[in-house]
Amino acid sequence: MGRTLSEKVWDRHVVHQAAGEPDLLYIDLHLVHEVTSPQAFDGLRASGRAVRRPDLTVATEDHNVPTDDIAWPIADPISRQQVEALRANCEEFGITLFPMGHPGQGIVHVIGPEMGLTQPGMTIVCGDSHTSTHGAFGALAFGIGTSEVEHVLATQTLPQQQPGTMSVTVEGALPAACTAKDVILAIIGRIGTGGGIGSVIEYRGPVIESLTMEGRMTVCNMSIEAGARAGLIAPDDTTFGYLQERPCAPTGAAWEAALDDWRSLCTDDDAAFDQEVVIDGSELAPHVSWGTNPAQVAPIDGAVPHPDSFAEASGRDAAARALDYMDLAPGTLFKEIPVDTVFIGSCTNSRIEDLRAAASVVEERRAHPGVRTYVVPGSAAVKAQAEAEGLHQVFKAAGFDWRAPGCSMCLAMNPDKLSAGERCASTSNRNFEGRQGKGGRTHLVSPAVAAATAVAGVFATPGDLA
Amino acid sequence: MKPVRVITGTALPLDRSDVDTDQIIPSDWLKRVERTGFGQGLFSEWREDPGFVLNDPRFAGARILVAGPNFGTGSSREHAVWAIQQYGFEAVISARFGDIFRNNAAKNGLVPVPVDGDAARSLLDAVAGAPSVEITVDVEQLIVSAPGAGVSTGFSLDSSVQHRLLEGLDDIGLTLAHTEAIGAFESARPAWMPSLA
Ligand code: SF4
Repeated sequence: MGRTLSEKVWDRHVVHQAAGEPDLLYIDLHLVHEVTSPQAFDGLRASGRAVRRPDLTVATEDHNVPTDDIAWPIADPISRQQVEALRANCEEFGITLFPMGHPGQGIVHVIGPEMGLTQPGMTIVCGDSHTSTHGAFGALAFGIGTSEVEHVLATQTLPQQQPGTMSVTVEGALPAACTAKDVILAIIGRIGTGGGIGSVIEYRGPVIESLTMEGRMTVCNMSIEAGARAGLIAPDDTTFGYLQERPCAPTGAAWEAALDDWRSLCTDDDAAFDQEVVIDGSELAPHVSWGTNPAQVAPIDGAVPHPDSFAEASGRDAAARALDYMDLAPGTLFKEIPVDTVFIGSCTNSRIEDLRAAASVVEERRAHPGVRTYVVPGSAAVKAQAEAEGLHQVFKAAGFDWRAPGCSMCLAMNPDKLSAGERCASTSNRNFEGRQGKGGRTHLVSPAVAAATAVAGVFATPGDLA
Repeated sequence: MKPVRVITGTALPLDRSDVDTDQIIPSDWLKRVERTGFGQGLFSEWREDPGFVLNDPRFAGARILVAGPNFGTGSSREHAVWAIQQYGFEAVISARFGDIFRNNAAKNGLVPVPVDGDAARSLLDAVAGAPSVEITVDVEQLIVSAPGAGVSTGFSLDSSVQHRLLEGLDDIGLTLAHTEAIGAFESARPAWMPSLA
C-alpha cells in the first residue's frame, strides 16, 4: 500500500518510535520570532540547557515592528522590550537574527522561502500557526506553542502524534478573475474552520499545479484556518525553479543530489487519504469574507447571507453574532458596502507577486477619497525588489501608503490598527473579532480585490473598475 | 508540571462556537515576556460587555470551562492556555479543539476534554441552568460526569498525554533520554540540507 507525501516526509524524520508514545521527529529548521519565544528561552536558562542546533535556527523581528519609522529604538516601550529580549536571547544562545532594518528581515514565513531555507521534504516548525506556509515546497511545516519552541531549541526534535491525511483536489482551470487567495477562501468556506482538524491537507490537481510558488504559499498559509495541522503541495519543476540559486539552496553536485531526492517526494498512486475533497476550480469566483471566522465567506458578486440559510443551529447563531459584530444586514450586496481601510500585506499576500498584482490594478488610478490604504511588503527583500521595479511609485502615485516590512495590520501588535467600527478589506488571513484592532471589522480578500476596492471605495474586482 | 488526576468543581458555560485564541487572549497581551500575569487578559475584550458570562457572579470560582465546538482555533499562542489556567480553570470541555491549543494545554497541565456534541450540549445547558452543578473530570478513568445533571460520558486522551498528565512529566527531560538516537540521526542527514552555519 502506497504512502502519501506527508507520510513520506514524516517517516524520514522519525528519530525514535515506540508503541503508546508519540513519534520523536527530527526538526530540520526552526524559525523564531519575538512574540512566542521569550518564555522558551527563559525555560532553557532555568534548566541550564543550551540550544542544540543554533545552525538550524533562525530568528527575525516581525510582529512588533513599526512600518513607518524603523529606526531603533521602537517607540512603544513594551514592543521594544520584547524585541530587546529576542536580541539578547539570540546573542546569548548563538542564533542568527535578522533585526529591523537588516536586508534579511521580514515576516518569518516570507524570509524562509526567499532565502532558500525552506526546501522540499524538510520538517519546519515555528511558534506561529502560519508555519503551514512552507508546505508549499513539499515540506512538513507546522505551528507550535512556546513549550514546544523550548523543546525544539533544547533537543532539535519534537514528540508528535502522526496526523491524519486529507486531500483537497482542485480540478479544472481557474477563471481569469480568480487567484490563489480565492481558491483557499473557497476551500475553507466548503470544509469549515474544523474541516482539517487533526490532519495534514495535501492540495492537488491541475489548479494547484498551475499556481506559482507565491500562490501555493498563499494556499498553504491558510490551511490552519481550516483547522489543519499543516498543508502541503508536492514539489515539481515550479518549486525547483523557484529554489535554484536562492542563497541557501544547494549548488553544483549538491543541487543534483537534492533534485534526485526531491523528485521522489510525491504521494504514491495507490496511497489512500483518510478524507478526500474535490472542488471544481472552474466554478470558483473571487471571494470575500463577511463574518468573524474564515469559513464565513461568499463570492463577491453576491450578498451578505441570512443566518437562517444555515442548516445547523450553531451555524445560525455564529452567523447572527458575526453579522452583529460586522454591522451588516443580510441581503446587502458586497459591491455596495463601503470600506474605510485597505490593507495589502501579511504572510498570506505580501510577496512580490502579490504586490505586482495590486500595483497593476491601481496603475493610472487613484485610491478612493477617504480610504486609508496600507501596502506593507512581507520582507526587506520584497520591498527592495518592488522598489527596483518601480511598484512603490505606482502605489504612491495612486495615493497608497508604502511602508516598511512586518506583520503590521495583520494582527495589530504595532501601531498599525483599525479603530472601533472601521471596516477593512484585508489580504491577511484572519477576520477574527478585534484581530486588526479592537472593534475593527475585517473582510478577507485577494490582493487584486483589495486594490480594486481601494479604488472603488466599495468591494470591487478589477473588472468592476471603469 | 504538577500531576493532574481528578478535577471536581463548578463550571462556566461559554456557549459559543469557534472561540479562537485571539479572543481568549487578545494580541495586546502577547507583548509580555513573562509566563505569568495573563489571567487578567482572559477574554479581555468580551469581558467589557457586562453581560458576558465571565462577569456573571453566579459562575465565580468555576474550575472547568465548558465551551461550544472548535475551541482554541487560530493562532498558536500558548498565552491562551496560560490565561485560562491563571484565571483559575483546570480543564476545558468542548466537542472539538484546535490542534495546537490542545497540545499546548496538555503541555501545561490544562486538561482538554473532548466530548461528543450531544454531551457538550447537555453540559452547557445543565451548567447554564444551575450554576452550582459540579462536574468531575477524571483523567485516570477518562470520564467526565455531572451527577447533579445526570450526565456521565467518556472522553479520549492520547495514552501518552494521559500518562504525562497523571505523572506530571516534563517532555524535554523524556526526550533527552534519546540524545544518542538524535545524534545518530543527525550524522546521517544529507550534507546539502540548509543550515545557517
Ligand atoms: S503576518 Fe500575520 S499571520 Fe503572518 S506571521 Fe505575521 S501576524 Fe502571523
